[in-house]
Amino acid sequence: MIEYFVHRASSFAGDIDNLFLVITLIIGFWFFLTFGALVYLIIRFRRKEGVKAQYIAGEKHSETKWTHYPHYAVIAMDVVIIAINIMVWVDIKQTLPPRDNLVRIIGQQWSWSFIHAGPDGELDTQDDVATVNDLHVQTDKTYHFELQSRDVLHNFSVPAFRLRQDAVPGRTISGWFKPTKTGTYDLQCAEMCGYGHGIMGAAITVHSEESYNTTMAQIQNGTYESHFQKRKGTKTKFPSNTSKVDDEDSFAVLLASVF
Amino acid sequence: MSQATAAVQTDTHAEHHEELSFLYKYILPVDHKIIGMQYIFTGMIMAIIGGYFAYAFRMQLAFPGELVPLYGLVGPGEYNMLVTNHGTIMIFWVAMPVLIAGFGNFLIPLMIGCDDMVFPRLNRLSYQIFLVSTLVLITSFFVAGGGFGGAWTSYPPLSSVAEYSRTDWGASLWILAVALEFVSFLLGGINFITTTMNARAPGMKWMDIPIAVWFIVVAVILFMASVGPLVAGAVMLFMDQRLGTTFFLPSGGGDPLLWQHLFWFFGHPEVYVVLLPTMGIVADIISVFSRKKLFGYRTILYTAFATGGLSFIVWAHHQFIAGIDPRVANVFVVTTVLISIPLAEMMFSYIATLYGGSIEFKTPMLWALSFLASFLIGGVTGIYLGASALDIYFHDSYFVLAHFHYTFFPITIIGMFAALTYWFPKMFGRMMNETLGKIHFWGTFVPFNCIFLPLFLLGLAGQNRRVYNFQNYPDLAKQELQDIRIFATVSLIVLLLFQFVFIYNFFVSMFKGEKAPNNPWNANTLEWSTSSPPPHGNFKILPTVYRSAYEYSVPGREKDYWPQNEPPE
Repeated sequence: MIEYFVHRASSFAGDIDNLFLVITLIIGFWFFLTFGALVYLIIRFRRKEGVKAQYIAGEKHSETKWTHYPHYAVIAMDVVIIAINIMVWVDIKQTLPPRDNLVRIIGQQWSWSFIHAGPDGELDTQDDVATVNDLHVQTDKTYHFELQSRDVLHNFSVPAFRLRQDAVPGRTISGWFKPTKTGTYDLQCAEMCGYGHGIMGAAITVHSEESYNTTMAQIQNGTYESHFQKRKGTKTKFPSNTSKVDDEDSFAVLLASVF
Repeated sequence: MSQATAAVQTDTHAEHHEELSFLYKYILPVDHKIIGMQYIFTGMIMAIIGGYFAYAFRMQLAFPGELVPLYGLVGPGEYNMLVTNHGTIMIFWVAMPVLIAGFGNFLIPLMIGCDDMVFPRLNRLSYQIFLVSTLVLITSFFVAGGGFGGAWTSYPPLSSVAEYSRTDWGASLWILAVALEFVSFLLGGINFITTTMNARAPGMKWMDIPIAVWFIVVAVILFMASVGPLVAGAVMLFMDQRLGTTFFLPSGGGDPLLWQHLFWFFGHPEVYVVLLPTMGIVADIISVFSRKKLFGYRTILYTAFATGGLSFIVWAHHQFIAGIDPRVANVFVVTTVLISIPLAEMMFSYIATLYGGSIEFKTPMLWALSFLASFLIGGVTGIYLGASALDIYFHDSYFVLAHFHYTFFPITIIGMFAALTYWFPKMFGRMMNETLGKIHFWGTFVPFNCIFLPLFLLGLAGQNRRVYNFQNYPDLAKQELQDIRIFATVSLIVLLLFQFVFIYNFFVSMFKGEKAPNNPWNANTLEWSTSSPPPHGNFKILPTVYRSAYEYSVPGREKDYWPQNEPPE
């Protein structure tokens, strides 16, 4: 369901959306079952003249099975959720796939600095490209990031990537992402960082290889026009309004494959 | 004061409690009923302030940059201060004082059949410290730089360094107020536990104690066991702010994550500290108004113990992406999802209680049933957030916000109204108006869902919390999303307007309502066996208990209730 609101622009976005779907199906089932039971009992056993309530202590097995059996089913569902979740989590946060490129992300009150590693793929060398509030990445390349903060806690959050990570002063936190869909997306600070927290946004642009090289050249010769500034004050559209949601991933196709 | 050993009761008991002057009766009371009402009234006044704050910042979100009627311009600094203090007030100055301190004080001695708390003066001191903490918090809104705006979790270094927060004294007074408040509840808590252990009426065994009292006691034990680390953390934070220590500052060798561990080690049990009293109150109300014995009294009790125990080992689920070792998250996913097991069992038992009942839809029962329905939504959406991988997307988003409002609103507001409408006759000796009560119920319950259900959608759309104006983000500035924000804000205004119905009903009924009989709901528990309102000293003759609290519709009896203190035939 998330993909109808936000673009799905990274390799693991689909995993998170599917996890959401699985949990929705499981707890949706429980919710409607429990809610239905509640509403049914309220209507069925409302007060009627001359009808006395029953005396049930709920201590005998024949009575407690009505709460215990659903309860065992809850445990089974919990195990399923935990298992799927840990699989996805290990993939995204616990493993670092081999990198194609590297970027350093520095949060400070109240802007983002990005240091792109440049052609040699190493940071702190001559060909590094530094930008403020504008992150440029190439599609289908695996990026490692080094997340740092200069002052307070910040949070590097890109909804289109389904990615979020706190930046902690005094630490360098590493992680990865692999963009899959070109376009410019919001990048927000998602951890309260003081007066300007609400405006601590940036733009992340996913390029094709050609457009990436052009942009990098523009930044270096000073003719670059900031994507972040250009986007300011505009309104984007829902993914479902701009292009068809990726058909392979959509809910309808998933359901079709199940049946 | 303890009467547990007083096997022989005489009529002379009441003579120990002569009428007191106004000053000692209402201003410096030792009577648990008056202290309880002091807590409840203070909490209700703070709820009005918290609601006003919510109004101001929701208006800013719906109509960014425009003057808010009755407030003025909400800039980024004011916005941060409003959301921070809305959260602080609603949890620490409404939920805690009303549900635990307020109803705990009022109910425990009445429901276990003794004349007062075992430490009445400690009880008075507890309220006085609480009052001081309230005044300190209110003062913090008006000092130079304004009130603290670093979110109610107050993560350092933002909260510990004045240059970062720009609220030098606001931040210090805030942490001071919170620490004072905890001291107050520690004093109150020891009193609740001791009273319940030592001062129960003769014949009242552990398994005869009403669930409402049991759950308050379990909640207080959880609170007292978890609050230590946070008080230590608060002192360290205060020293960082005022004395220049660097417990939480990496440049001085400290660690910002330390505070998060200390805070959430308290913060998660705290959720169950406020949940359990409401759960207990709801159990009693459901049993009375469906004329049914509680389904599985012991099961419900044990699930509360299990929930309480588990709540101590789940705290890091607030920190999945805070920079902790990702491997640790897996452990906390398991413990967090495990909490659904006792809570589901508890919920099933409550619903099973309705089976075969004779349900009467009085106002307190409407509140209790609506609590079950809405807490169910809050509970199941918690599963999403306990799953660490989904938390990558939902952490600090409006999905989290909608989730915990679906737990805290039923707990605090719905629970408070359920308890107030149920015990109002006992508190003031008069009945509340049923029609106005039902208008107020529907006028609160429907807008409540209209506010928070749409916020789940905003969370799905990637909207983060604590941002004062979403027009700065092209992906969030879409008109469709703005329409949802406006809808939620309008619903909030409707909800707030309906509270005037309650305030009118509350005060008019208090002075002009129909006189209440001793036991208007035909309930079993001991507080309904004394007069309404109970005299100073509670009972003319201290009661003796013969049976459990939930003997409704016992076969072979003409009456469908059987008070705990009625001698067997």
